[in-house]
Amino acid sequence: MKRFLDKIAPHFHKGGKYERFFPIFEMVDTFIYDPLLKTTGKTHIRDGLDLKRTMIIVFFAILPAAIFGIYNVGYQANSIIVNSKIAVGGFRGFFIDLIGSGYDPNSILSNFIHGLSYFLPLYIVTLVVGGFWEVLFAVVRKHEVAEAFLVTSLLYPLILPPTVPLWQAAVALSIGLVFGKEVFGGTGKNFINPALFSRAILFFSYPQAITGNNVWVAVDGYSKATPLSAFSEKGFDFGYTFMDGLWGFIPGSIGETSAVLCLVGALILVITGVGSWRVMVGMFLGMGITTYIFNIIGSDTNNMFNIPFYYHFVFGGFMFGLAFMITDPVSSSMTNGGKLVYGGVVGFMNALVRVVNPAFPEGTMLAILFGNIFAPFIDSFFINYYIKKREKRYERV
Amino acid sequence: MIEAYLSLLVKSIFLENMALSFFLGMCTFLAVSKNLDTAKGLGVAVVVVQTITVPVNNILYQYIFKEGVLANYGFDNINIGFISLVVYIGVIAGIVQILEMVLDRFFPKLYNALGIFLPLITVNCAILGGTLFMAQRGYSFGESVVYGFGSGFGWALAIVGLAGIREKMRYSDVPRGLEGLGIVFIAAGIMAVAFMIFSGIQL
Repeated sequence: MKRFLDKIAPHFHKGGKYERFFPIFEMVDTFIYDPLLKTTGKTHIRDGLDLKRTMIIVFFAILPAAIFGIYNVGYQANSIIVNSKIAVGGFRGFFIDLIGSGYDPNSILSNFIHGLSYFLPLYIVTLVVGGFWEVLFAVVRKHEVAEAFLVTSLLYPLILPPTVPLWQAAVALSIGLVFGKEVFGGTGKNFINPALFSRAILFFSYPQAITGNNVWVAVDGYSKATPLSAFSEKGFDFGYTFMDGLWGFIPGSIGETSAVLCLVGALILVITGVGSWRVMVGMFLGMGITTYIFNIIGSDTNNMFNIPFYYHFVFGGFMFGLAFMITDPVSSSMTNGGKLVYGGVVGFMNALVRVVNPAFPEGTMLAILFGNIFAPFIDSFFINYYIKKREKRYERV
Repeated sequence: MIEAYLSLLVKSIFLENMALSFFLGMCTFLAVSKNLDTAKGLGVAVVVVQTITVPVNNILYQYIFKEGVLANYGFDNINIGFISLVVYIGVIAGIVQILEMVLDRFFPKLYNALGIFLPLITVNCAILGGTLFMAQRGYSFGESVVYGFGSGFGWALAIVGLAGIREKMRYSDVPRGLEGLGIVFIAAGIMAVAFMIFSGIQL
């Protein structure tokens, strides 16, 4: 493989036959072997930490939540099917029959394969569409293919409900990637998280595919509300406990349900230094304090005022957003103080949307998008503050 | 009472954002957002002017231009609502002028910071838009104060957000055809999507 790549390499370098397709070659080569560009000369720090390795760490941090999510999709669907005997049609039913894993909610394998039959098509579509745009822009604009799109395309299916129509997901992703990232020059030069922006586009363009009670369990015509919207309708007898939310055996977007595994991912990110703990702490505090205040105020007409503040941490997309979305280094604030405030703003908005806006009980992703917009503005305050502080220190000396 | 005012405030800041959902005041929104400091200055100026002009125009509207109000003064069947537009513009221009003089006399520091933006505001359509929306919806005086502040604050929030993004976008690698205002329009569109966070809310 290495020999083959080295042999065809000259064709892609300057003056070669396939010069135009150098970015594609570079992507394959560096994904498998070392980067072509290495630090040369006498630098003080020698570290192989580049964008690629960062993204691979993020990828592995997401993996536990993703695998559990796949399992949970199958589990939710199977436990309905076992009682109601609704047949699974289409290509999914065909493949599950082919493998012969059946629809038994007690069998791990059966749940997993059923979940996979929903996640895999979505993931493949996302990879193909995302890869297509990334490679197209890389070839035309002659920059490198960044591996960030691998992370984006893993995150994107995980924040969607399992039943979302594939073509709608593809359209929204195309718009989100092109206008949210590629026109700004690709990875690292955009100011919003492209996965979040794609979801927002999907949210506002095809609301019936991503909201309401029909989309969260992967069985045709079966409606089951997510815990948060159930609470907003019924109040305390909404049928879930704190532990349900913590472990994640609840309906919801594919990757978002298990708070514990998202937390594991967050820990990996913090320990490896890829994600910023300041942003996470900021968001946690923002959410906790705001919802605690809502608890104290209370309301007779709006149930969401009364939901205990610690419930907010485990239900809905909060933990997933906290671990993987808000820590995106490109779209968050850069300064240390700014990171705390940025997280706080997102947490506050998240609480506000969940409680005040009954249309979107799952407001985490939109709140983070809103935070992205104001991240540079928050930074500017802290930059000015640091400059002034240093000037003062300088005068004293 | 307070709840109604609060929901009007949220509505005017996010849901009916002057810049991002009505696209009013676009000219200054795009032209002045190049630099964060000037954007902040203009934002403050808009908040101040809007909070003063909308209530003042509200008084005029309630006691002169509202349909049938003149009957109270003995003029039946007379409705002079058709000149309200001209009067509103005149009032805005006059108030801005007076405000400029007052600031120059008493707060020279703020006056210098605002500089050219104060007179510029006279022709900002977001300001006139605020007054016209107030008249169209028939707000009471208290509501007009809240609405004036909220709509001005929403506009200021949008422009400082865009200015921050544009400062960050200096490091972007934008295709040649989109350089300059083109990419700013796309950024403004993305901001508008983010501001839809409260859409669908019943206020």
